Amino acid sequence: MTLNSKIPDGPIQQKWDNHRFNMKLVNPANKRKYHIIVVGTGLAGSSAAASLAELGYNVTALCYHESPRRAHSIAAQGGINAPKNYPNDGDSIWRLFYDTVKGGDYRAREANVYRLAQVSNSIIDQCVAQGVPFAREYGGLLDNRSFGGAQVSRTFYARGQTGQQLLLGAYSALSRQIGLGTIKFYERREMLDLVVIDGQARGIVARNMVTGKFESYVGDAVILATGGYGNVFFLSTNAMMCNATATWRAHKRGAFFGNPCFTQIHPTCIPVSSDHQSKLTLMSESLRNSGRIWVPKAKGDKRHPNDIPEDERDYYLERLYPSFGNLVPRDVASRRAKEMCDKGHGVGATGLAVYLDFSSTIQRLGKGWVEEQYGNLFDMYQQITGENGYEQPMRIYPAVHYTMGGLWVDYNLMSTIPGLFVLGEANFSDHGANRLGASALMQGLADGYFVIPYTIGDYLATSKFPKVDVNHAAFKDTERDLSQTTSQLMAIKGKKPVDVLHKQLGKIMWDKCGMGRNEAGLKEALQEIPKLREEFWNNVLIPGSADSFNQELEKAHRLADFLELSELMCTDALHREESCGGHFREESQTDDGEAKRDDDKFSYVAAWEFKGVGSKETLHKEPLAFEYVKPSQRSYK
Amino acid sequence: MSENTMTIKLKIWRQKDRNSGGQLVTYTMPGVSPDMSFLEMLDLLNLDLVRKGEDAVAFDHDCREGICGTCSLYINGRAHGPLRGVTACQLHMRTFHDGETIVIEPWRAKPFPIIKDLVVDRSAFDRIMAVGGFISVKTGGTPDGNAIPIAKPVAEEAMDAAACIGCGACVAACKNGSAMLFVSAKVSQLALLPQGHAERKARVEAMVAQMDEEGFGNCSNTYACEAECPKNISVEHIARLNREYLRAKFIQE
Repeated sequence: MTLNSKIPDGPIQQKWDNHRFNMKLVNPANKRKYHIIVVGTGLAGSSAAASLAELGYNVTALCYHESPRRAHSIAAQGGINAPKNYPNDGDSIWRLFYDTVKGGDYRAREANVYRLAQVSNSIIDQCVAQGVPFAREYGGLLDNRSFGGAQVSRTFYARGQTGQQLLLGAYSALSRQIGLGTIKFYERREMLDLVVIDGQARGIVARNMVTGKFESYVGDAVILATGGYGNVFFLSTNAMMCNATATWRAHKRGAFFGNPCFTQIHPTCIPVSSDHQSKLTLMSESLRNSGRIWVPKAKGDKRHPNDIPEDERDYYLERLYPSFGNLVPRDVASRRAKEMCDKGHGVGATGLAVYLDFSSTIQRLGKGWVEEQYGNLFDMYQQITGENGYEQPMRIYPAVHYTMGGLWVDYNLMSTIPGLFVLGEANFSDHGANRLGASALMQGLADGYFVIPYTIGDYLATSKFPKVDVNHAAFKDTERDLSQTTSQLMAIKGKKPVDVLHKQLGKIMWDKCGMGRNEAGLKEALQEIPKLREEFWNNVLIPGSADSFNQELEKAHRLADFLELSELMCTDALHREESCGGHFREESQTDDGEAKRDDDKFSYVAAWEFKGVGSKETLHKEPLAFEYVKPSQRSYK
Repeated sequence: MSENTMTIKLKIWRQKDRNSGGQLVTYTMPGVSPDMSFLEMLDLLNLDLVRKGEDAVAFDHDCREGICGTCSLYINGRAHGPLRGVTACQLHMRTFHDGETIVIEPWRAKPFPIIKDLVVDRSAFDRIMAVGGFISVKTGGTPDGNAIPIAKPVAEEAMDAAACIGCGACVAACKNGSAMLFVSAKVSQLALLPQGHAERKARVEAMVAQMDEEGFGNCSNTYACEAECPKNISVEHIARLNREYLRAKFIQE
């Protein structure tokens, strides 16, 4: 099979407009004859479900949460980008496009990124109309702030809770359609398999998490908006339930997986304190606007930070990158923090932290100003660490945050399975090898509000749909298989609880496929993961019963998939013998320690085809052409 | 950290499912570090229970950073525990002392039926939202975001209301099981913003009617909701809800 990205012809500025005109439409009266299943209700899923229902399609939406509003998009803090150029600082669609392609270290598809930049302004208008209370200036107009990887202020925000407010906006649109009866919504349902009939995605089988029953849902197209797979590392900033099961099972049914090794490590998280830690907490990188990052110049300096004089501090980002300073992209900031700690300059009890210091901003603008901008983040920090960030510098360390990789999709956001569309973090499409801050919210909503409503129509209008219902053998067989796998899991009755095995996997991944990767480590990981997977299938211990509410069983299903996905991540990381963005192969760096790409060999999307558990997947390459933003060594100096 | 661990006694509500009876079960937890979060302490208990082949304590949780609104524990007689302005997941064990007995119950309110142990069904909130918790705007065709200036204090007050995480602590804390704080937060946010004015009357009437139908009680101004709200949502929004409701009854639109 050859990959066809279906990028429309023509100049990049006109591709989307031309494509929208050329796509087939579904007549308004015919839309209600089509049934679309949307899995996941975060920004991408809620916005897609609501927009499609408004158009007249029949929509079924499901999520494993108890309410659509709980999806992890809610936790995004900092903001959402749009090149409105309200501050008059030289922003434009072209600049956002340029920044995003460059920020992604030239591993994203230009046409997709341009479209993203194009529709982003409409997202702001849409959200304002929904009643999202964005921050405003005294004149009543919308306020902007700056973010990593950009030299203009284009980030719209709602205090430190932008994701929450945008999700509640999308949730309100979704709720309205549920009230109108155009969307049927099912909560506490976890998708466990995709059903493909005659080569088309025709539905899913989900587990009812309250009763334990397997339920089939039939449609003419399936949309996955199920988020990323950062929890493969066990410790990440993802919510506890975030998982790869929906995307991974679709992968096993034939959807290629794009760039699985591209994971983002976020620089401003609260450091790990103990073995009991269940997750890591991120603090918005908007803090880097006003806070200064430093470590003591002397190695192993154990003095209280406030006792270390100014000339004994190394503001290393400002020193290394005079033009971007503390606002370098996330991958650079993270890697430099690790480097400082590895060299012995780390602070705090574990030595795995650097300081984020607000004292000069407090001196300049006052504590009140900092409180108004970032108050909730300071509160959060104090809650977790017991320390006051206004009185002494905060300690931060990088943590797994986002996965740029995901199911491969074409320009229409369709995977390699006809009728299976993938939106938001779950797809691989727009961020290349590194995502810029405030771009995840933008992409999720762009996909859901402004891309899928058009592209899905073209698929529906040009495809044939034989009549299928839940009694079709494909659904019955899938239900039976899932029931057998579940019984098998329950019957193991081994010695290790799910979390114990998950922590073991997380450690392998963090040590060998984390911020720095090398050939030897990845090869070790590829030996260790299959062994751990075998241990899981022989020694996991799940209490309770399969036909009731059982959180341990839910976790076991998810871990089973992480134990397969992790192997693919390492395979991908091993094959990509270059550094780019968040993928830092230690063998491939410049003299001053920056990521060194190899455009001659690796300027492509790696799309992997599943070949059976434990078998090496087949690599398909989608070449990347850069016609408008010429690849160069990224420089933030 | 191991030098100053604590031993905690837990009394946890265990209930097999919606139709079964339940009871408080006592567990002793040694080795609790003050730096652990409250939910990590429960993780530790569950690890221990699972190793013994016993059913883990079911509790709802997800983001563990106080924003998703999933966690819903009634701790020592208070929604989200003893601290103000935080959710249960943001609570750390340093708030408790060695040897302390901690009682953990689910939200107790008729419209929130128990699913298992500490997990309740809060879908009543979603049903209230579905009848009016929105501005009726379709995707596309909206005016420029700066077309309607909104005074900063108004936007800020709307944001104060919009900060509600829909956790249901207000209902659990209220002796009447009233959802007025939750409903008022949304009504207030959308009544304050000019975009929401067109549907003021219909919105408040529909949401209040659904709130009553779900079986939530009335407000008798004890302010327990505000005291226990992890996002410090003010009861002033309830006053605005009442004004909106009265206004709706007196005007025709």
